[in-house]
Amino acid sequence: MSVDAEAGLLRVATAGSVDDGKSTLIGRLLWDAKAILEDQVAAVTHASAARGHDGVNLAMLTDGLRAERDQGITIDVAYRYFATPRRRFVLTDTPGHFEYTRNMVTGASNADLAVVLVDARNGVLEQTRRHAVIASMLHLPHVVVAVNKMDLVDWDEAVFTRICEELTAFVNRFDEPSLTFIPMSAKLGDNVVDPSDHMPWYYGPPLLQYLEEVPLDDPAHNLAARLPVQWVAVPAVAADEGPNGNANGGPRHPGYAGQLVAGTLRTGDKVVVLPGGATSAVASIDALSGPVDEAAAGAAITVRLADPVEVHRGDTIALQGAEPQVGRCLEALLCWMADAPLVVGARYRLKQTSRWTTAVVADLHYRLDIETLDHAPATALGPNDIGSVALTLSDDLVFDAYRANRSTGSFILVDEDTNVTVAAGMIVAADSATHEQDRPVPTAG
Amino acid sequence: MTTTTPLDSLFLDELDLEAAAATRPAPNHLDALEAEAVFILREVAAEFARPVLLFSGGKDSAVLLHLAEKAFAPGPLPFPVMHIDTGHNFDDVLAFRDHRTTGKGHRLIVASVQDTIDQGRATEEAGGSRNRLQATTLLDAVASHGFDVCLGGGRRDEEKARAKERVFSFRNKAGQWDPSGQRPEPWSIYNGRIHAGEHMRAFPISNWTELDVWEYISREGIELPSMYFAHRRTVLERDGMLLAVCPQVVPRGDEVPFEDTVRYRTVGDMSCTGAVRSSAATVAEIIDELAMTRVTERGATRADDRFSEAAMEDRKKEGYF
Repeated sequence: MSVDAEAGLLRVATAGSVDDGKSTLIGRLLWDAKAILEDQVAAVTHASAARGHDGVNLAMLTDGLRAERDQGITIDVAYRYFATPRRRFVLTDTPGHFEYTRNMVTGASNADLAVVLVDARNGVLEQTRRHAVIASMLHLPHVVVAVNKMDLVDWDEAVFTRICEELTAFVNRFDEPSLTFIPMSAKLGDNVVDPSDHMPWYYGPPLLQYLEEVPLDDPAHNLAARLPVQWVAVPAVAADEGPNGNANGGPRHPGYAGQLVAGTLRTGDKVVVLPGGATSAVASIDALSGPVDEAAAGAAITVRLADPVEVHRGDTIALQGAEPQVGRCLEALLCWMADAPLVVGARYRLKQTSRWTTAVVADLHYRLDIETLDHAPATALGPNDIGSVALTLSDDLVFDAYRANRSTGSFILVDEDTNVTVAAGMIVAADSATHEQDRPVPTAG
Repeated sequence: MTTTTPLDSLFLDELDLEAAAATRPAPNHLDALEAEAVFILREVAAEFARPVLLFSGGKDSAVLLHLAEKAFAPGPLPFPVMHIDTGHNFDDVLAFRDHRTTGKGHRLIVASVQDTIDQGRATEEAGGSRNRLQATTLLDAVASHGFDVCLGGGRRDEEKARAKERVFSFRNKAGQWDPSGQRPEPWSIYNGRIHAGEHMRAFPISNWTELDVWEYISREGIELPSMYFAHRRTVLERDGMLLAVCPQVVPRGDEVPFEDTVRYRTVGDMSCTGAVRSSAATVAEIIDELAMTRVTERGATRADDRFSEAAMEDRKKEGYF
């Protein structure tokens, strides 16, 4: 199968449990896209027989590790790859039944699109609500709700409609993401790759067609330019030139390398280097293909500035007039991922873009009850909890709200002793309660 | 030759940002994968004190080295390149290695499995394959050079255990991987913090498939050892695989060597790296061939990966690449 040279890359995260038919759905997508090869099928057939299963157990195609095969469970996040002539897909598969928040955040945070599976017989369950809220919180550009096992509810439109309405109403209380619902039967193949003959009342595309056609326009393209500096390239001085000049006699400035995480940057653009605040203009841009006049979000570039300003790893180069925020007090949503709980007053290392700093948990506003969406009073966050916190940092951070910019609005917290990543964070806003004495008394709920 | 009328200019000026975004072509998937790999390479160089890039001479490490050169161009690589030499090398792999490393001004470190055996740190296995012994050589080299991160060309589509591995993959003081205790890795925020004696493996081309690698090799004109392209070779068939007859692979029992037109899909220890029958003599022909292939590269060509369902997982836990 050859892929069009101009085909894009779509990152898809799937959420749901084996019971929802997720393995069958993934197996069918991979199989129909010819991404499963004969030796993999042979290995699974052999192993299925050894375990006394009848025929091929499709779940074993995706369950990779020994513990998973022995215990019949799915650990953590697995990555699958397939392509159609129209597009390349990276599929991150997260199990739905345990460590759901941790796994789904890890697997879906980078995705362009999430597929949340629902078993039509069971309707909207606690787990479905959880997955939909997490997808919504991660602010993924597209969320597909795959209403599976329609064959077991007699292809009944009313069942499908009820699930659409119930889940939409629930998620809208948290946010207003656009959900796309597709009725299907992964087992029989209806609306996965081929349109269904059983549901003439459904006019939308099958899942694969939707995945092939959903717009790839990264929302980051339309934001203001942000270049977090990863690496400062100090120019080598060639033998035939002076310490401060190139062949054209112009100044040789260091190159600031990084990934343009948002917007478009052009030579001549007036920029500001934050958090320091020095201003300059873009003198040149080197893309991986060579010098360019313009770079778009996603490109790995090296920028040189017109003035000899000081720029370090961790600084962000931004367009003047469309600047990110700078500050040391943040209000953020945290997905807690560690066994040891988060408590107020604790200190962690924080990494955002290419910058490390130290964060103290100044306040825990509430824990989000993911079943009811209530803000529950809390004194700690346990594994897989989501909560709202105020963080006080030891250095200035350059950031945007996560809802405005997923790259400059996200961070991780790392345990200072074990170095383990303990939380994924999404910046809500600069914390206005900068001074302790101004901080309002925390209210429950 | 086209001319621009004043009307055209007016029209272009009036395009708003949204329309411009709508007409902008979606980034080519190779550009997206390349940018991701370069981002990871730069994070590794910036976050660690003593990185090293592992280079086997195979296509994945050739692509990784090419990406590293692009990530830091026009500057030098900010880390050395290390080859774990099994001593069971194909014809031109060593020459290719030297050409691509010292030949380009990169610092090359060679860690030899034979030295590990001579030092009594490992014992030659019955089958003669040194793939498994490489882990000891690698971990010894990591310790003696004080490397805190090894950049590798591992890809998640190669094998089921790799499919679950992080981009920044933590190794404890014994060099071991704990698959069920991996650090969460949300967004593209990589946590490179480790204690002394621990190290990290970093895989910039995690999300590339075998086909992506070949398409990128084609686009960038990346050099490879000649064994990747169809050639005549004396082989024998063992356990359903075509192995090159060499000092490590001598005919046993009723095995009869014969000459065939073959190529390799991976570079590894000669004693267990199988060839595939192929007439694909150019990168373009290999891409065409891959589009029709029905067997994974490891299934086709790595005898040691087929021994058990969990072969790769076990070797990774021991410190393998």
